[in-house]
Amino acid sequence: MIPISWYLLFSAALFSIGLYGVLARKNAIAILMGIELMLNAVNVNLIAFWRYLSPEKIDGQAFAVIVFATAAAEVAVGLAIFISIYRRRHTVAADEIDLLKW
Amino acid sequence: MSTELLIWLIPLPPLLSFFLIILLTNRNKGISHTLAVGAAALSWIGSMVVIYRAFQMEHLRATPFASSIPWLPTGITWLRIGVLVDPLTAVTLFFVAWTIFMIFIYSVGYHNFGQPKGDHDKAGLPPHGATISDAHGHSHIIPSIEPMYSRFFAFLGLFAFGMYTLVVSDNLLTLFIGWEIMGLCSYLLIGFWYAKPSARAAMIKAFITTRVGDVFMLLGIAYLYASTGSLNYRETIYNPEVLHQLVQTPTGFLGLSAAALIGILLFIGTVGKSAQFPLHVWLPDAMEGPTPVSAMIHAATMVSAGIYLVIRIYPLLAAGMEHGQLTPPMIMMAIIGGFSALFAATIALAQNDIKRVLAYSTISQLGYMIAALGIGAYVAATFHLITHAFFKALLFLGSGSVIHGMEHGVLHTGEHVDPQDMFNMGGLRKKMPITFWTFLIGGLALSGFPIITAGFWSKDEILADAFAHQQWVTFFSLAFGALITAFYTMRQISLTFLGEPRSKSAAHAKETPWTMTVPLIILAVFAIGAGWAGIPRDFPLIGGVIPNWFHEYVGHSLIEAPETIQFNFIPLLTSLIVSIGGLGLGWIVYKQIGAGVPDPMQQLLGPVYKVLKNKYYVDEFYNKVFVQPAQWFAETFTYLWIDRKVIDGFLHWIAYVAGIIGNAFRNYIDKPIVNGFGDWVAETTKKLGSALRPIQSGRIQQYMILALVSIAAFTALFYYLLVYVR
Amino acid sequence: MPIFELIFILVAALTLGAAFLVVTSKNLIHSALWLVVALFGVAIVFALLNAGFLAVVQVVIYIGAIAILMIFTIMLTRFITQSTGPRFNTNWIWALIISFLMFGGLIWIFNSWPGINTQLPPLPADFDPIRQLGIALVSPNAYVLPFELASVLLVAALIGAIIVAWERT
Repeated sequence: MIPISWYLLFSAALFSIGLYGVLARKNAIAILMGIELMLNAVNVNLIAFWRYLSPEKIDGQAFAVIVFATAAAEVAVGLAIFISIYRRRHTVAADEIDLLKW
Repeated sequence: MSTELLIWLIPLPPLLSFFLIILLTNRNKGISHTLAVGAAALSWIGSMVVIYRAFQMEHLRATPFASSIPWLPTGITWLRIGVLVDPLTAVTLFFVAWTIFMIFIYSVGYHNFGQPKGDHDKAGLPPHGATISDAHGHSHIIPSIEPMYSRFFAFLGLFAFGMYTLVVSDNLLTLFIGWEIMGLCSYLLIGFWYAKPSARAAMIKAFITTRVGDVFMLLGIAYLYASTGSLNYRETIYNPEVLHQLVQTPTGFLGLSAAALIGILLFIGTVGKSAQFPLHVWLPDAMEGPTPVSAMIHAATMVSAGIYLVIRIYPLLAAGMEHGQLTPPMIMMAIIGGFSALFAATIALAQNDIKRVLAYSTISQLGYMIAALGIGAYVAATFHLITHAFFKALLFLGSGSVIHGMEHGVLHTGEHVDPQDMFNMGGLRKKMPITFWTFLIGGLALSGFPIITAGFWSKDEILADAFAHQQWVTFFSLAFGALITAFYTMRQISLTFLGEPRSKSAAHAKETPWTMTVPLIILAVFAIGAGWAGIPRDFPLIGGVIPNWFHEYVGHSLIEAPETIQFNFIPLLTSLIVSIGGLGLGWIVYKQIGAGVPDPMQQLLGPVYKVLKNKYYVDEFYNKVFVQPAQWFAETFTYLWIDRKVIDGFLHWIAYVAGIIGNAFRNYIDKPIVNGFGDWVAETTKKLGSALRPIQSGRIQQYMILALVSIAAFTALFYYLLVYVR
Repeated sequence: MPIFELIFILVAALTLGAAFLVVTSKNLIHSALWLVVALFGVAIVFALLNAGFLAVVQVVIYIGAIAILMIFTIMLTRFITQSTGPRFNTNWIWALIISFLMFGGLIWIFNSWPGINTQLPPLPADFDPIRQLGIALVSPNAYVLPFELASVLLVAALIGAIIVAWERT
């Protein structure tokens, strides 16, 4: 049937696209979307490995659950930060939020 | 105290007085003159003791009092210096000690000790008198004390030290040292009143002219030392083997032997110091100094030192003399001495200043002594040296007394006349009797008045020697010179003392105090009696009564005693004729010269008188030939051309080049390279910073990209290193 | 069976296409919606991998919460009057290069893993993933600690988000 390589390829592609979105998009929320893509790719990778290498153990899924929780927490905090930034600077373009210097 | 030690100590008291006065007692005039006169007295006592013992001693020439110390190390030997008293030294010391002592005492009165300070007296100018008011309220101007009183005595002390050193030394080196010290003191004392331009010019002239002589003398001393390795009299000059060897050594210079050349060189020193032609020009100008200076330095002691030198080196000068044929130095001495004697005597005829007459007279008499030595009359020259010292010192001190009396009159009457011009004097015998009689005695001695004056005996002996050795030129020139001497001496005495006063100042002249007249009297005694120690044995009537002690004593200081001259009437008659004749002529011509009347000689001699009055224009000649070229050389050639243009120009050029190099360094190296490098570093750092600045943009995506690119690069590198580099 | 592969290929294409559109959409709302589509696609992949629970959780959490939250935030942070401007920043070339490098690197690493072509193993006999997951998450021998920590994390995130986004007056 489908060797694991297809799933791995798929997750690698998804990850790269997400990376591109993180690095290249100006809008902060679009960056966050790219991060979501990357986290999803990671999850796919984890589950694929679980299913193909040790389906009798449940560790893979447990890991994926924790990743879900982490992703959710991160998005929440991140969006809260974006909103706070927006209130201050009236922009969410990553180019213009450049205080992380000196 | 041993005689040798005493001899060493004789020169020291005046030196000590010099230092003490200069350093300590300059302000206090009384203490200064006490120190000075006391020092002179001490030296006089010492000299008298030494002389007494010297006269006691048998065979003083063979065993003179001598003592020496090693002084300069010269390789493996030492140059020794020391003292020597042989018969010549003893008689010289006699007159030196007496004249110095008398002149020191005289100076106290001459510089008006005890008088008040002058109204506007300044140091450097002669004193001009102080105004005092007497009991009736009249104000008189009286002579004032010399402002630089102590300084005078200090210099006099230094001079005395120099003279004593010269006399007691036993070698030419310390003689030369004493010689130069006296030259220095002469310079300082001629220019004593340094604020007068004429005094300044005279002091330089004296020093430089004598220096010319001294250079040749030093050459002679050096040559003697190089030839013989010693400068000691007994080792060189009184040593027959050395003399013989020196005579044999040819020098290749004009065919002279070493002895002749050394003798001539040393004699040139005497020509300078004793003011013979052609180096005589300084002595008349030296009369700018105070009269005690003229007496001491330029009559009795310093100029006598020149004669003393030639007497001392007589064996060297006469070395090689065979059968009465004169050696080249002696011929030179006879010519120069004889010429100077006549030359100076003629000039003295036309001088009006009382001191100038005496100055030329000194030159003339020194010429006598040198001519005497030149013809081999050793004893006669020494004799005349001693008698001349006494009567010339007497005459100068007397003239000082006269000037003093005249100045008293000038201050009293307020008249503006030259107190030294004889044509303003006259009739002073009534006002200044002691001065008159002592001056008369001195003048008669100078003229050679028979029997009772010392001058007669010494002059007669010179003429007798000249006649006996058949030196006719010398005989006639000296005889003629004696005639002129007598004439101008009587001229001087008549104008000054006889007749009536020719000015108000002369009428109000006053006799001088005892400090000045007592030395005159003492010297007059010697002027009369000193000659009686040398009466020739064969003299008619009185010869043989007193033995010719002088001839014996001094004659034996030579290795071969000169023979006594056979007595001859002709020189005696010549002496009598010239002296009495000259005196008589002078009295006749000058006895009644009234005020304002011109000098009869002027009419008599006509244009010759003008030449004589201007001293044969020798000074003008020297000025044109030596002085002005030297000045041009110094001012234009050396100063303007070489110093300013060449040397300074060279230095300026160096500075210019240095400036160019400096600028080049600055503009081409310092600014572009050094500054440029510094600036470049700064600029580059700034640019690097600016270039790297955008890396930290604050944009996290950029940071992320950079991080991932770096990770990729590192990963590749590590992979490469791990896998392929094994 | 080939149908399985076909479904996978379709779903993968859909998901990747949607992801591509997420990162390249001009309009941010469009990006968000395409993100929803991509997340759906991932859920289907989970289902294909017999992780049914996770597929549902994916839909509920990711799409139901996270994506909605994103849309809310997009709405809250929009300037209506301004133009959105270029959607990519100035360094997008580099980002592209990095992405490709990352993709290439990942593929290469996968290829050097010998088990790359592992076939699908059969399911175990007592396959009960939900029950096993539940036990694993609360069992002290298993993953109770991460689970509790995740809970704490969520609480912290919750509080943090509230505080950060609290409007200062």
